[in-house]
Amino acid sequence: MLTLLLLLFPLVASLVVLASGNKLSAKLALLFAVVELGLTGYGLSVFLQSGPESFTVFQEWITDPKISLNLGLDGLSMLMVLLTNFLLPIIILTGFNRVIDNAKAYFSLILMMQFALLGVFMANDGLLYYIFWELALIPIYFIALNWGGPNRVPVTLKFFIYTLAGSLFMLFGFIALYHLNPGKSFNITELYNMVILKDNQAWLFWMFFVAFAIKIPIIPFHTWQADTYKESPTQGTMLLSGIMLKMGTYSLLRWLLPVFPEGVAMWTPLIMGLCIAGIVYASIIAIMQKDLKRLLAYSSLAHVGLISAGIFTLNISGLEGSVVQMLSHGVVVVGLFFAADIIYHRTNTLEIDKLGGIRTAAPQFNTLFLIVVLASVGLPLTNSFIGEFLLLLGVFQYNYIAAGIAGLTIILGAVYMFRMFQRVMLGKTNQLTVNFADLHWNEKVVLWILVIVIIAAGVYPQPILAIAEPALRIILDNAVLN
Amino acid sequence: MNDQITNSSLLTILSILIPVFPLVGFLINGLLGKRVPEPISGWIGSIAVLASFVCAATIFFTLPATESLSFNLFNWIAYANLNISFGFLIDPLTITMLLVITGIGFLIHLYSISYMHGDEGFTRFFTYLNLFIFFMLLLVMGNNYLVMFIGWEGVGLCSYLLIGFWFKEHENNNAAKKAFIMNRVGDLGFLLGMFALLMLFGTLDYAAVAQAVQGYPVNHGLIVGITLLLFIGAMGKSAQIPLYTWLPDAMAGPTPVSALIHAATMVTAGIYMIARSNVLFAMAPATLDVILIVGVATCVMAAIIGLMQNDIKKVLAYSTVSQLGLMFVALGLGAFSSGMFHVVTHAFFKALLFLGSGSVIHALHGEQDIRKMGGLGKYIKITFITFIIGSLAISGIPPFAGFFSKDEILAKTFEHSPAIWIIVSLSSALTAFYMFRLVYITFSGNYRGTEETRSKIHESPALITIPLIILAILSIIGGFMGLPAITGLTHAFSTYLSSVTGASAGILPEAHHLSHATEYVLIGVAVLAAIVSILIARYMYVTKGQLPANSDAELNGVQKLVSNKFYVDEVYNAVFVKPVVKLSALIYEYVDKLLVDNVVNGVAKVTDLSGRTLRLVQTGSTTFYLLAMVCGIVILFVIRLLI
Amino acid sequence: MENALVSVPHNWYLLLSSLLFCIGVMGVLFRRNVIVILMCIELMLNSVNLLLVSFSAYAQNADGQVFVFFVMVVAAAEVAVGLALIVSIYRNVASTDIDSMKKLKW
Repeated sequence: MLTLLLLLFPLVASLVVLASGNKLSAKLALLFAVVELGLTGYGLSVFLQSGPESFTVFQEWITDPKISLNLGLDGLSMLMVLLTNFLLPIIILTGFNRVIDNAKAYFSLILMMQFALLGVFMANDGLLYYIFWELALIPIYFIALNWGGPNRVPVTLKFFIYTLAGSLFMLFGFIALYHLNPGKSFNITELYNMVILKDNQAWLFWMFFVAFAIKIPIIPFHTWQADTYKESPTQGTMLLSGIMLKMGTYSLLRWLLPVFPEGVAMWTPLIMGLCIAGIVYASIIAIMQKDLKRLLAYSSLAHVGLISAGIFTLNISGLEGSVVQMLSHGVVVVGLFFAADIIYHRTNTLEIDKLGGIRTAAPQFNTLFLIVVLASVGLPLTNSFIGEFLLLLGVFQYNYIAAGIAGLTIILGAVYMFRMFQRVMLGKTNQLTVNFADLHWNEKVVLWILVIVIIAAGVYPQPILAIAEPALRIILDNAVLN
Repeated sequence: MNDQITNSSLLTILSILIPVFPLVGFLINGLLGKRVPEPISGWIGSIAVLASFVCAATIFFTLPATESLSFNLFNWIAYANLNISFGFLIDPLTITMLLVITGIGFLIHLYSISYMHGDEGFTRFFTYLNLFIFFMLLLVMGNNYLVMFIGWEGVGLCSYLLIGFWFKEHENNNAAKKAFIMNRVGDLGFLLGMFALLMLFGTLDYAAVAQAVQGYPVNHGLIVGITLLLFIGAMGKSAQIPLYTWLPDAMAGPTPVSALIHAATMVTAGIYMIARSNVLFAMAPATLDVILIVGVATCVMAAIIGLMQNDIKKVLAYSTVSQLGLMFVALGLGAFSSGMFHVVTHAFFKALLFLGSGSVIHALHGEQDIRKMGGLGKYIKITFITFIIGSLAISGIPPFAGFFSKDEILAKTFEHSPAIWIIVSLSSALTAFYMFRLVYITFSGNYRGTEETRSKIHESPALITIPLIILAILSIIGGFMGLPAITGLTHAFSTYLSSVTGASAGILPEAHHLSHATEYVLIGVAVLAAIVSILIARYMYVTKGQLPANSDAELNGVQKLVSNKFYVDEVYNAVFVKPVVKLSALIYEYVDKLLVDNVVNGVAKVTDLSGRTLRLVQTGSTTFYLLAMVCGIVILFVIRLLI
Repeated sequence: MENALVSVPHNWYLLLSSLLFCIGVMGVLFRRNVIVILMCIELMLNSVNLLLVSFSAYAQNADGQVFVFFVMVVAAAEVAVGLALIVSIYRNVASTDIDSMKKLKW
């Protein structure tokens, strides 16, 4: 019951917000999101007491083909749900004190997005999962299309078509799996236990991988990303980078590794090469970016490259690291994009070279932004450090040279982040930044919450590791060939 | 028995409190910010460090040198069979560092209250300073490498913040960024070293690693690899070749920062790390040889560059690099306690020298170029005398502190190889020369600035001079902690550390001890060389009254090379920085936009084009559609018939 | 009645309905008046109806006749909609020539 409540509450909330007025909608949406977060907190406490079994929901839906409403929460899903429901109120709060046309539709779509994301993380039936996966694309498409920047129309179209095309491969893959499955169903445990011929695994692997790789994105499937992040409204960018791309990495863990162990074994060297080349590639490109949001997009690309590399190490360190880093990256990237939004809101530009000296005008903003930047470069005692440490440890166990190359990210990350920080925040003030107002109350609340979470999870990450471990064990047991 | 338990739990609480005080100070100053009036925040910061010092001193007097205290606060990262806890280790090595950090740290805090007076970032300064102390304490107190790494990167952060303290000038920001990034290069080595340790031993705990490593043969390839990686980390933090160029630039920060971070504490973290892992390194003599070579090279090269510097702080910076090189020489010889001994004495006199230079800069309202000083001895007597004491100490004149620690290292090098002894002694003589060049140009002769600035020269207030005097006293007597063997008295320092360094002593080959006669000769030669260097400096800069050249044009080839620091920065710029920047733009323009994105857009374009072509079939004529339909059906029938 | 149906050989029904169908197709293809085209479509439908009925009788199975009823109902509906469309087209272009409706193209 709790599972259904958690899943459906945002849907109801979304409809209620749509029916409300434009002025009320933001506050109402925030209220709902906070209630949902509270429910998640309660869910977490239940989870810790009685384990994942009490969250299973199973209901026949369509008999032929056999599709069931099969929902469940294991440690991995629980953490992703927690991330989604934690970030949602924050993302809604960032929209306060900003002029948003047709606000009720906007916040309604955000809550709709939450519903779809939760569905993706909870679904235990392949087709149900696929439905939520596609459903998540719809609200974000409209958010970007209607509230985006000047170049939004072609950019969102590209984003939509590109990710949709990837998903179709996955749909095809699911249908093929259904036929290969003697039990004729999409049930996840059946898919885990299926025996699939090696030849079939070899190509089915790519059906799924392409869909996930576009969503994550893994190089070379990333070209929609920077433009979309740039053109989307801030909340859209946060949803995309903070939560939506975790759909991809989550799905790698949930739907790819355990289902196609032989396919994974066959292709891992290639994928690993892609991921690690991608880390260096994205980091180097980020150095010379002139636009703040674009720089953040490439830095995000580098970070998720490392997450994906960690997943394909197929060892517990890499997997634990990927989970921690998914959560950390979500928190940190929301903070970074919010900082960009704050800067844009006040100066009307995101061109790095035009900014500078903001620190003098807005010391509190500076401090909080700096902490988020430090988390992004993986300084110890921030959450990202734990993630990066475990990921690199996992990669090192896979191959130490690969770890050496992937480790360049900690150097290059410092290069582009500090270069950006210096040009944007330090130096003398100029005409644009001289009247830079320090933070509003909602901005303060958001950044302080993020900073506190960043540090708290960096100092005491053990609960995350402990919750994720049993789920990851199951995945690993299925994914590793004996 | 009961006594012991209460005793140890008391010590546990005390040792937890040590990093807590600066953290609290940091939080108070950081959260209240400008709401704290100026001197108050300075005092909050100073008292926090003093409280830590008191705790550290209590532990020093309570905990016997043969014992250590190790405890875990909580499990930090634990899954599967990996368990890295957040824990502290208190043993003589830690206590030594604790006393240096909190003791000298406190003096520098006091000094800063006066030095930073009136700066708009006064509170911010103490916030950062307390944060630095906190991280530095974590670095030395951790009981495993990962806790050390927290401190390791944390002090790097504080160093970044403090070098770029005056953030309105991009020159300072660039120096800060450079320091952070160069340190990160080293940190990557450290990280990879930790991964290898985890792979090999499954633990990062000092004691467990030291235990496990002894099961391997000496010079085992993996152990050599691990130690080399860890050493890369040490190179970054302790500014050794090739990762040293950030340290001279780091002088862009306020002078107390240079004294605390870039002379006395943070830069010695690399030495601490290796001394802490002495068993590990002792198992890899090949790495020790590398350390020795790097140490000797750094020691000499930095000393040579120091000869031609004209910025009072830059001279001291290169001297720090050179002295750090000397410490690595000691480590490379396996003389871990000698290296640590020099860390301690160096902390005394180098902090003194930096604070002295700060006092000079303070007196001259920000002037740092020694060519514009001169004759200051008359005006600022206390600074002058303490500075002389510091210079004598660093030059190795007995009975000042530097003499004892340097002599010990020199004796060890002679045991190892007389050739290295000659090189190191030479660089030691160079040190004496450039230090007294600095002293003479700055303090003797006549003042070379304008009359207007001369009238404003004044001795610094008590808060500045008192730390100077205390440090001067320490620089005089500090060396007596470690009396050379020839005196027949105990070497208190190495005895104190023996429970830590003793483990590696058994692994390393027994050095043949020098006879007393040789040792006397060595001491004599070293002292003589120092005195001669000082006299040459005196002859050049006092008797002949020479002054450093004002521009490159007046220099000959070799001098130009030295004065431009062997163009190392320029080379790094050309080899690393510029190519990466170029590559970034190139990859973005040509690979990302032109290749990858065009392939994606190409797919769209092909779809688009085929749509454009095929739509021509839609003529709008219903008859045509009907005809097409019928033809289609007929064709389908035909196909059906044929198959 | 029954005999009359059966007494005609089955082949003839097939031929007749094929002929009717082909006439319908030709009419659809070559006539230009929309109403005539509609009628030709009806002719095709009815040829199929005939075929269904004949097979139904031949196989002694009522299924085909049931189908025929359905087809007739649908055809009636179709005619209603089709004629309505033709009327509204005529109102716009004042012609029932099929080539006068060529606007819906690329």
